[in-house]
Amino acid sequence: MSQHTDSYAQIRDNPKFKSLIAKRNSYAFMMTALMMIVYYGYILLIAFNKEWLATKIGEGYVTSIGIPMGLGVIVFTIVLTNIYVRRANTEFDDEAAQVLKEAGQ
Amino acid sequence: MNANYKHILGGLAALLAAGAACAAGADLGQTQQQATNWTAIAMFGAFVLFTLFITKWAAGKTKTAADFYTAGGGITGFQNGLAIAGDYMSAASFLGISGLVFANGFDGLIFSIGWLVGWPVITFLMAERLRNLGKFTFADVAAYRFSQTPVRSFAATGSLVVVAFYMIAQMVGAGQLIKVLFGLEYHYAVIMVGIIMMMYVLFGGMTATTWVQIIKACMLLVGATFMAVSVLLQFGFSPEALFAKAVEVHTKHDAIMSPGALIKDPISAISVGMALMFGTAGLPHILMRFFTVPSAKEARKSVGWATTWIGYFYILTFIIGFGAIVNLVQNPTDYYVGGEIAKGLKGGGNMAAVHLSKAVGGDIFLGFISAVAFATILAVVAGLTLSGASAVSHDLYATVFKHGKATSEDELRVSKITTVCLGILAVVLGILFEKENVAYMVMLAFAIACSANFPVLFMSVLWKNSTTRGVTVGGFVGLFAAVTLTVLSANVWEAVLHNPKGSAPFPYSSPAIFSMTLAFFTIWLVSVLDNSEQAKKERALFPDQLIRSETGLGASTSSAH
Repeated sequence: MSQHTDSYAQIRDNPKFKSLIAKRNSYAFMMTALMMIVYYGYILLIAFNKEWLATKIGEGYVTSIGIPMGLGVIVFTIVLTNIYVRRANTEFDDEAAQVLKEAGQ
Repeated sequence: MNANYKHILGGLAALLAAGAACAAGADLGQTQQQATNWTAIAMFGAFVLFTLFITKWAAGKTKTAADFYTAGGGITGFQNGLAIAGDYMSAASFLGISGLVFANGFDGLIFSIGWLVGWPVITFLMAERLRNLGKFTFADVAAYRFSQTPVRSFAATGSLVVVAFYMIAQMVGAGQLIKVLFGLEYHYAVIMVGIIMMMYVLFGGMTATTWVQIIKACMLLVGATFMAVSVLLQFGFSPEALFAKAVEVHTKHDAIMSPGALIKDPISAISVGMALMFGTAGLPHILMRFFTVPSAKEARKSVGWATTWIGYFYILTFIIGFGAIVNLVQNPTDYYVGGEIAKGLKGGGNMAAVHLSKAVGGDIFLGFISAVAFATILAVVAGLTLSGASAVSHDLYATVFKHGKATSEDELRVSKITTVCLGILAVVLGILFEKENVAYMVMLAFAIACSANFPVLFMSVLWKNSTTRGVTVGGFVGLFAAVTLTVLSANVWEAVLHNPKGSAPFPYSSPAIFSMTLAFFTIWLVSVLDNSEQAKKERALFPDQLIRSETGLGASTSSAH
């Protein structure tokens, strides 16, 4: 770690580093909150309003509203995860690389 | 609380426990040995031969402790994503969830969603930080700026306890499964799993363990896709037509289209949800996979792929469950005990997917799916053993006892000795627990992971004021609370200790909502009250830890030692 000591000091004072972690952390926590709202929302809907979820998706259909919603939660989970991965791997990583470059790394 | 409400709670707890057990594959109950299935045995034999060949190749590449623990960091994000998915798509989630859909329809879907939602949390909060701060075990991350001995001792305890409960459930599951899948005896399974997985880990280390997991994951995904497509093909790819037929033939008729008894009491529902959501981020055999990739970028790709495969797989199991309803009910002679639907499926309710494989693909495909289901347990047990061995050799031996002065050779030697010990222990425990009720064990492992391992990792990485004292005390408090409340719940108090129904002092299905909160609170309180010199030093180290966890500066470059 010793050869990095100067870099650490440089990065600590770099406003780009501060803005990067502020941006990434608020994004990560927002995504986590979104996931929790969708999942616990679905669970509480099941706990409190089974009748509505058992409603058919249309006249003459057997499929209930709860099924596409449940599959939707699975698809939402996959999409949300991959959206984060894409943004973190491009935009955030580029900014992190910039911060490291300015620190002589 | 009136008697009626209490009754509902009791029923729910039992159901949730049963559901958890299904998904864990632990509580296959006392299965009946079936006729010997030579096709399945031959296919499993081919899988073992092929994977041992891979182990031989991997052995040539496993020379240092880093090779053993992390495959030298040479796994790509895509490969690691498949391996993680393999760890997670156990025999249990395949047979258990499709069995639950077969029995209750909609409720099976609710259950599978719970097992998926932990992945985004790992992606958003943990993946890159784990990769940037860690080297071999999650204790590297938790103890990064802390006093090594106490934090490592806690992390090793947390790892080993989770591994032990998870492992017992898998070994007992293997024994019960072999009776119905291959028609062989319980003990064969336990001993065979013990020996083969020991060979993978001992000779091939992480490289072999990862490739076995990747191969198995691909086989499982291909098999499940084939089954789901075959089912949809019968109905012209119209889910509505599939559901309509299922409602017509299922004994519960339209009830399978609506939520049943799985969720009634909101506290239990949220608590189980928390255990699954945050427990996933505290499972040592999952966390160690983040050290096998070369960078934070690849670590993120791993979880992106893992989430995609696991989610896709759960959608397949839902279709497979419904496919089993329409295919099996119409042919009771072949699939039901004595040809009577009322007597249940041959081999038990978890066999829905296995019977469906015969219905859509004949005896050869039945053999394939049976072999895959059993191979799944083998691969998961290998991963568990490797994570247990690294906790002992890297955290306890090299850091706590040798104060970081152990050589790579010594560490590797201790890992291998531990692997053998864990292998023997797994076989002994598998035999000892044959007739025991182990249904609660996987849920307990998740409860401990979310109440002990996860809060410690989260607070040490993300909260600047946490201290050694705070995370160690908080971690042990969470561990103790999770175990105690589980013992006091109906899953153990009534189902294992045989106390009268309704006498369990803790009324909910999972302790997570209480034990995880308590762990976070304790870490906060003890850290805030900690005014020692050591605590001041540790807080002063946070800014540099933050730089490394966020940018990867100075991160272990794995393959280059």
